[in-house]
Amino acid sequence: MNQVEPASLPPADLPGLNPSWSRLVAASDHSGRTCEWHLLDSFAQRSGEIPRLTLICVHGNPTWSYLWRRLVQLAPPDVRVVAVDQLEMGFSERTGLTRRLADRISDLSALTEKLGITGPVITVAHDWGGPISLGWALEHLTQLAGIVLLNTAVHQPVGVSAPALIRLVRSGPLLNLNTVRTPAFLRGTTALSGSKMSRQTAKAFRAPYATADRRVAIGAFVADIPLKADHPSAQALDLIAANMNKFEQVPMLLLWGPGDPVFSDHYLGDLMMRAPHADVHRYEGARHLVSEDDERVVPDLLRWVANLPDERRSTTNPNPVIARQPVRRTRLWDGLHEAAERTPSGTAIAQLAGSGRRVSWRRLADTVDRLAAGLYASGINPGERVALLIPPGADLIAVVYACWRIGAGVVIADAGLGIKGMRRAIRGAAPDHVIAITPGLALARTLRIPGVRLSVKGLAAIARIDAPMPPEPPESATAVIVFTSGATGPAKGVVYRQSQVAGTRDVLREHYAITPADAIVAAFAPWAVFGPTLGVGSAIPDMDVTKPRTLQAVALAEATQAVGGTLLWASPAALTNVIATAGDLTAEQVQSFNSLRLVLAAGAPVPLQLLEQVKELVPNADIRTPYGMTEVLPVSEVDLGEIRAAAGGNGVLVGRPVAGVEVMISALDEDGRPNGVLSAQSDVTGEICVKADHKRDSYDRLWATSQSASRDLGWHRTGDVGHLDPDGRLWVEGRLAHLIRTPQGPVTPVGIEQRVQQLPFVRWAAAVGIGPSGNQAVILIITSTDGTAAGLLDVKRTQLLRDQIPELDIAAVLVRDELPVDIRHNSKIDRQALSVWAAAILAGHR
Amino acid sequence: MRVLVTGASGLLGAATAHGIANRGHQVVVFQRRASGLPFDEVRGDILDVDALTHALVGAEAVVHLAAKVSITGTMADFERVNVEGTRLVLQGARAAGVKRFVYVSSPSVAHTGAPIVGAGAATASPQEARGPYAITKAQAELLALGEDRPGFSVVAIRPHLVWGPGDEQLIGRIITRARAGRLFLIDHGHALIDTTYIDNAASALVAAVERAAEPSVHGRAFVVTNGQPRTVAELLTQITRAAGLPGPTRSVPFAAAYGAGRVVERIWRVRESEPPLTGFLAEQLATAHWFDQRETRLALAWAPAVSLSEGFARLSRWYQLQGCDLPGVIWAGPTSSHPMPGSAH
Repeated sequence: MNQVEPASLPPADLPGLNPSWSRLVAASDHSGRTCEWHLLDSFAQRSGEIPRLTLICVHGNPTWSYLWRRLVQLAPPDVRVVAVDQLEMGFSERTGLTRRLADRISDLSALTEKLGITGPVITVAHDWGGPISLGWALEHLTQLAGIVLLNTAVHQPVGVSAPALIRLVRSGPLLNLNTVRTPAFLRGTTALSGSKMSRQTAKAFRAPYATADRRVAIGAFVADIPLKADHPSAQALDLIAANMNKFEQVPMLLLWGPGDPVFSDHYLGDLMMRAPHADVHRYEGARHLVSEDDERVVPDLLRWVANLPDERRSTTNPNPVIARQPVRRTRLWDGLHEAAERTPSGTAIAQLAGSGRRVSWRRLADTVDRLAAGLYASGINPGERVALLIPPGADLIAVVYACWRIGAGVVIADAGLGIKGMRRAIRGAAPDHVIAITPGLALARTLRIPGVRLSVKGLAAIARIDAPMPPEPPESATAVIVFTSGATGPAKGVVYRQSQVAGTRDVLREHYAITPADAIVAAFAPWAVFGPTLGVGSAIPDMDVTKPRTLQAVALAEATQAVGGTLLWASPAALTNVIATAGDLTAEQVQSFNSLRLVLAAGAPVPLQLLEQVKELVPNADIRTPYGMTEVLPVSEVDLGEIRAAAGGNGVLVGRPVAGVEVMISALDEDGRPNGVLSAQSDVTGEICVKADHKRDSYDRLWATSQSASRDLGWHRTGDVGHLDPDGRLWVEGRLAHLIRTPQGPVTPVGIEQRVQQLPFVRWAAAVGIGPSGNQAVILIITSTDGTAAGLLDVKRTQLLRDQIPELDIAAVLVRDELPVDIRHNSKIDRQALSVWAAAILAGHR
Repeated sequence: MRVLVTGASGLLGAATAHGIANRGHQVVVFQRRASGLPFDEVRGDILDVDALTHALVGAEAVVHLAAKVSITGTMADFERVNVEGTRLVLQGARAAGVKRFVYVSSPSVAHTGAPIVGAGAATASPQEARGPYAITKAQAELLALGEDRPGFSVVAIRPHLVWGPGDEQLIGRIITRARAGRLFLIDHGHALIDTTYIDNAASALVAAVERAAEPSVHGRAFVVTNGQPRTVAELLTQITRAAGLPGPTRSVPFAAAYGAGRVVERIWRVRESEPPLTGFLAEQLATAHWFDQRETRLALAWAPAVSLSEGFARLSRWYQLQGCDLPGVIWAGPTSSHPMPGSAH
């Protein structure tokens, strides 16, 4: 016989919980008997006041309303937060009844009726609170203003076995032992949070479940999870899952901890399929108790609530935003077909690695069509995502275009992210399929990347399938998900739609006056993918694309010769090695560079000296450095002549915005925050913001990040700091994350580094801040040209460096053998790592 | 106004007395021996209530610098001068109708041994402070700030590592050791530390006297430095170079220096003079301690007028005038076996 115990108030000393929020409310339950609930209510002391909006928060198992304490605390004054302890749980009454899913939905409805909540409601729920809140939402559609779900599920996704942990807990006698007789399940749940939860907080989570009697419902709750179709609660859950389409007009937010061993990313995928309109944010590193693991969750949730369209406001808005008529662009595969008709036997792709390979336009167009038909017939559908683990080359290009033709998005994580970063990136993008070269397939398995796996060898068979072409996709279809280099935290997936890839292509074509007479030398891998859509042949040099700095001059010459290359795109690291190995070139190979009319050096700031050396080697070419980022490329551009003339300015000159791109600056305040209104005023340092048709669509499953990186309707915040000069040219002074926040105000690093690098004994320099923001000391870290030993630079030369930067107080100068750079470009200095390193050294003994 | 400066025979006391007089105030100095300063003077021990009472007649403000600053000695000695002495001066000042009281403290009152990296002035902590000097200075600071009330404005100023021409506590010791070829670095001297050029410390104390009654000033403690942290290695090199000596080149690991320091402390306890190294000093020279000056500058409406490089240039000129710029010349200037009040903090 289950124990009966009345509701009670929580102890007064639980961290983060204000006793004035607690209420005990009696309401009749589904069976008609009166039960007493404990709940947290931000309006507990304001009875009679009518909120603009009410959040009804439902915890899962085995937590309690304590889970929502920060939401109660941080909610704005006109938003009421009601967080219940479900009956038999938390500090609510123990009635001795076993309550099933349908019962709990009725119980909650009866309570909200008793509370008189009649205005707009957003439901907020975690874990198995999700189905209960959604059940309530289905019964209250007219007052439903939004749905927020944290790590939950409404359905067992196809092909995924029940969460192993739940199966284990559920297995026979273990159920009772784990959940009721011992607090193992309870402890396990608080342990499911990352390591960050304090002992006091973990204790507070366990506070209402001190005895076996008080834990009975925990076991009953686990037993109520319908793993089989004949389970008493299966019907109720299926009903909710089947009715998710009723929410298609309801704003929805999914906040997810991907490290959850119970509700894995599969369940997120299932929810996203059922609610494709939902805003999603995955908190990399967070686990089951996502709102405990990542402190951004509650503020993000409240920001989302605040951004919801206010119906009263929108109906009276005198200035509705008029959607801009999108420019209609040619389809991504049109250029390829046009080239195949124009010059069928011409070279589309020359791949120089190994024994070399040449693919004609006719062959490429035919392969792309056949692959599209075959892959479509094999189950790759429009709107799905396909991860590609294929090195840059003809195979990759053919598969990319075939996927685009179907309307599937390709997920491309380059090896530059490192194995761990790749795994995180690809798993985060939740691809439906993986296509890989054989070692890639093995990698996909070891990385436990979900989805159907196909080998490139298998592709040959697929291309032979006699199948109809898929219907043409809309240009709003997702084209590609690429990743930022992850210099500041985990790599972010950047989503481009087909229209945005086409936009980038058109900007490139117009800006560089690219015609079919051109040919690309793609030492910078992504460049090669644009060849077919531009209708221009491309050559891929024999190099390890994951290590740009290994590009040999001879390999570059061979690639240039193979297609009569006119356009070269390479990273500064690759060009540095080309110059270093130029002595290996034969006279004929040197001659071959004469066909190049344009060299683009991009990916990181490029030293003037390197550009001069390239100009010497490639005399006919216009040498330019475009500026841009994974999210928008290109933004602006500058040529060698201008760079020569601009020596001595503060930062790196990256030139004027290319056609179709607008650049504005948001000035920094004295704490270094880019709070200024967007402005084109010259000589004001601030965050560089960009507006362009070809900019990224959003960040993948990072709703809050997309919001933070956007401002003023359609502007992308680059995270770079710089200024415009009186001629309208843009100068980059560093990363926002690398600002040095001194007592005299924020200081940008690049200008300092450039001035220091003018000293003959300095090869590379990095300027970093150490100490608390707003009171940072400026530290310079250099590598020398003369083999100076690592450690503190001697006082005499330290003084020479200080004399270069008289306006700042340089606290110390440290010498290193090398500066850490990013893997992808081999050229972006990791100032954050250097700051941590310098701070440790200069702290002395600890 | 009439301002009493206690402990004026030290480097900082003398500079402060001059600074106050230059602002048009009337200065009285109080210390045990003749100061040689051109001000009204009362001589006496800090525990001599009659002498104190005499010195305080008509005073509107007090700058209390007198303290026992050496790094060895018995706890009872420190308590007598630093805690009891401060209590007596506070008592006398209130009885004499003094309105402003500037207690000259030390950042070591809040230094627990962990690195201080750009932090502000934490509350003095006698429980955590290291060594009898810091413990008793912390007790006295709490005592003084506890007396702050309407009509009696108390402010604590903590100048950090004050140095300048003529300083015996820091510069003198370094030069003596360098000349003996016994100046070495601990852990390569990488620790970043703040120092204060003498003129800046004095001008901060003058500002404290004048602004003591401001709501943002009284009842609070402020760290004062040049706001230019430098590595220990660079500081020692600059100082020795100013004296025409080669900089330190040898380095010992912290553990060895700290251990040696503790041994020296135990042996030295029976002697009269200052030991060459203590565990406390080893820690001070091996651990970062640099501070946030923003509040200090705002509250005192003060900024250091002499930069470090200018300070080193002045130090160099001073040594040249002393005739000891030539390496190898034995310096015959005045030395003192007595601790000099108020010059090193």
